[in-house]
Order: sequence, then structure tokens, then C-alpha cells
Amino acid sequence: MRQAFESLRESALALLPIVLVVAFFELVVLRQPIPNLARILAGAFMVMIGLALFVRGLQLALFPIGEEMAGDFVRRGSLWWLLLFAFTLGFGTTVAEPALIAIADEAAGVAARGDVIPNTQNAEQLYALGLRLTVALSVGVALLVGVFRIIKGWPVQYLIIGGYAGVVLMTFFAPPEIIGIAYDSGGVTTSTVTVPLVAALGVGLASTIRGRNPMIDGFGLIAFASLTPMMFVMAYGIAIEALT
Amino acid sequence: MDAISSFGGTLLTMLRDILPIAAILFGFQLFVLRRPIRNPAAVAAGLFMVLIGLALFLQGLELALFPLGRLMAEQLTAPEFIFGSDGIRQGTWTDYLWVYAFAFSIGFATTVAEPALLAVAIKANDVSAGAISVRGLRVAVALGVAVGVALGTFRIITGTPLHWYIMTGYVIVIVQTAFAPRLIIPLAYDSGGVTTSTVTVPLVAALGLGLAETIPGRSPILDGFGLIAFASLFPIMAVMAYAQIGTWLTRRNRKRQGGETP
Repeated sequence: MRQAFESLRESALALLPIVLVVAFFELVVLRQPIPNLARILAGAFMVMIGLALFVRGLQLALFPIGEEMAGDFVRRGSLWWLLLFAFTLGFGTTVAEPALIAIADEAAGVAARGDVIPNTQNAEQLYALGLRLTVALSVGVALLVGVFRIIKGWPVQYLIIGGYAGVVLMTFFAPPEIIGIAYDSGGVTTSTVTVPLVAALGVGLASTIRGRNPMIDGFGLIAFASLTPMMFVMAYGIAIEALT
Repeated sequence: MDAISSFGGTLLTMLRDILPIAAILFGFQLFVLRRPIRNPAAVAAGLFMVLIGLALFLQGLELALFPLGRLMAEQLTAPEFIFGSDGIRQGTWTDYLWVYAFAFSIGFATTVAEPALLAVAIKANDVSAGAISVRGLRVAVALGVAVGVALGTFRIITGTPLHWYIMTGYVIVIVQTAFAPRLIIPLAYDSGGVTTSTVTVPLVAALGLGLAETIPGRSPILDGFGLIAFASLFPIMAVMAYAQIGTWLTRRNRKRQGGETP
């Protein structure tokens, strides 16, 4: 009971800044009354309860599943299955992501207007689907490489900085209209359900494998998942340009 | 009635989000690892709570804050608000002071409420045995997003190319990496990816598009994108800076204490 109260208080605290910002700009800057106060209060209450339930659910399900599966994979010693699991998790959770679908459709529109692809619905759909598969593939590869890094104990910064260098280099060759979309795509790939699971998987692996530090080796998977989409999307842009 | 049916819709979207994940997890658990699920009742209850919790969370935001926030982003970027009665002109950066203030505060506020960031902060707090506080990490990340989004709106207003900002950001990250405490680096890199999901993206995107539509010579398609890139780069710097300041303060305190006791 006390715990439930405590977690409700925490969620209320998380919500407070948004309420303050919206109220300030509405009342002081735009000088308008706040419409529908009852609705806002009801919504805020739902957000609080929802966040508290989410956190409880994390601790009951997503965190333990991620860590226990990591432990089981290490104990079974099956590297290939683990890598396949990492790839499938990345690909499977990204390919149906609503934010990604929205961005892919928008990007297809941009490409059609820029005469990169023929201005037909068919071509646009194909372009959007190709982009979605590209991003999903990139997140699969990201988790695969990220898990392999944890097993090997490589420092994360060399790989990430190497990736940055790749992004910078590709920016000079990629068609200009794809660059903004590519840079944004890194941010939209990791959904609220995937993040806790992937974090638990990394920490679980690093705590089970001898000689790995959960803090140094366990984190970093999400970083890969936001880096590779940028490179893959620019590569997609370059490839489409070369083909047409 | 309307609220119930739209809640049902959100729930369905969440279910579609969770089902592939559950299929992958249980598929590997049962067919590859060949182990029964431990504590099936707790896992089922937990997944159910995540599902209902996120649906309530999103529905509550959609009911209360998103419409108002989006409207606000539109109003603050509308030509009448920015240029007053002078009509549309190129404008100097002071015309946009409220836009920057809004970008900064909405970036901060939405990030503090971001569930994925909360999850990572809880995990980091666990793993570091309390050395990294849940609230401290979230505030650091939120400050990073705030600065990032504000700078991102500056870029849209001035119309300078996105990649120069991002590349400069990379250079700063690389330099910081060389000096930051080793333990924080992976977490800092991760925090870039978790900041932008359910809460931040809708409001920040509305701000970017509204701005690109208002300012003469900007295209929403070319200039409206890119805010999310800023919002995922700056938290990396902010988290490393947070750790660097923390170490610096401890070192200074220790030195001072060492000086006092002979």
C-alpha cells in the first residue's frame, strides 16, 4: 500500500513539469484561459495511474524476463542462438513501429516530390516499405553487434565513435533530402517496451559473463540501435539514387 | 462512450506493439532455451500492467496535454504572434524569444515524463547500487533535450544546415568521452536513444513543423525534420557533464577536507 502511494507520488512528480509549462504559456504568454479543466484533470490522473502501473509491470515482467533469458543463453553457451535472438528482437520490434511507419511514408512523399522516385502511389509505397525494412534491419544488426560487443568486452566508445565517423562520411555522399530523415530515424526506433527489455538483456549478459562489469558492458545496446539507422537510411538513399 | 472507444483503440495499438515482442520472447524461451517460464503468473500480471499502464498513460496525454501542447506550438509559431501587426518579415532572433523559451521548457518537461527514460534510470540506479540517482539522471537528460530542442529551433529559424550542428556535437561528445568517468560512458550513449519516444516526439515535431511553415523561405519538408536528432544528441553531452561535475565536486570536497585535517 505504501509502495503504491510512493509510486503514484513519483508519477505525479514526473507529470508536474508539463502541467506547469503548459499552464504558464497558456495563461501568461498567450493570455488565454485553460479550456476544459475537468478533462485535463481526468487526463492527468490517467497519466499518473498509467505511469505507476508501467513501472510496476517493468519490475514484475520486462526486467526479470530480459535478465533471466540473458542468463539462460550464457549458461547454454549457444552464441549463435543468442545472436539470432538479438537480431530477431531488434528487427521484430522495429518493423511494425508506428512512429517508423509514419516517418517512412513521409520520406516517400519527399522522395516523390524531389523526383528521386516516380511520382506514383505504387513507387511511393515500395519506397516506404524498403525504408522500413532498412531501418528494421539496421536495428537488428545493432543489437547483434551490441550483444557481440558485450561478450567480447570491447569498450563501447570505439564502436560508437567509429559509427559517428561513418555517419559524417556518408553525409557528404547522401542525397540532401534524405539527411534530415536519416538523422531523425535514429531517435524513433526504440519504443517504450523495447528499451527496458534491451537494457535488462544487456545488464543480464554483463552480470552473467565472468569478467564483465554490468555498468561498463551492460549498457550501450540502445546507443547502437540509435546509431545504425542513420547509416543504413543514408545508404538506402545513396542506393536508390544510384539505381534511378 | 467516445473516451472508452478511443481508449480501446489505444489499447489495441499497444497490444499490436507488445505481441511481436511477446512472440519472440516466448518463442525463444520455449523452443530454443527449452525452459518453462519462471513465475508465469507474475510475468503475465506484469505484462498486463505494462500494457494497461502505457495505454492509460497515452490516452491521458491525448485527453489532456497533447491537444493543448500542439495548439500552443502552433500559436507560438504563428506569424501573428511572432511578428505582431508588422506583417511577415525575416525577423531577428529576438522576435523568437518565446519560441526558444517554449522549446527549452517543453523539451525538459516532456523528457522528465518519458517512461522509457524512467525505465533506464531505474535500471542504472539498480546496477550502480544507488550511485546514480533516478531523479538526477532524468534531470540531466531532460536538460540535454531542452538545450538540444532550443538549439534545433534556432537552426530552423536561421536556416543553417543540420549536419554542421550534428558534426560539432559529435566532436564535443568525442572530447568529453576522453575525459568523462569510464563508468558513465555507456549509459550516457544510451540516454540519447531513450529520450525521444511517446511524449517528446509529438510535441517537438509539432513545434518544428509549425516553425518551418511560418518562417519565409523554410520548407516544412526540408527544415521541419532534425529536431529529434538534436534531442537525441544533446543528452549524451548532458549526462557526461553531469558525471564530470559530480566527480569534480567530490574531488574538491575531498581536497578541502584533506586541507582542514592536518
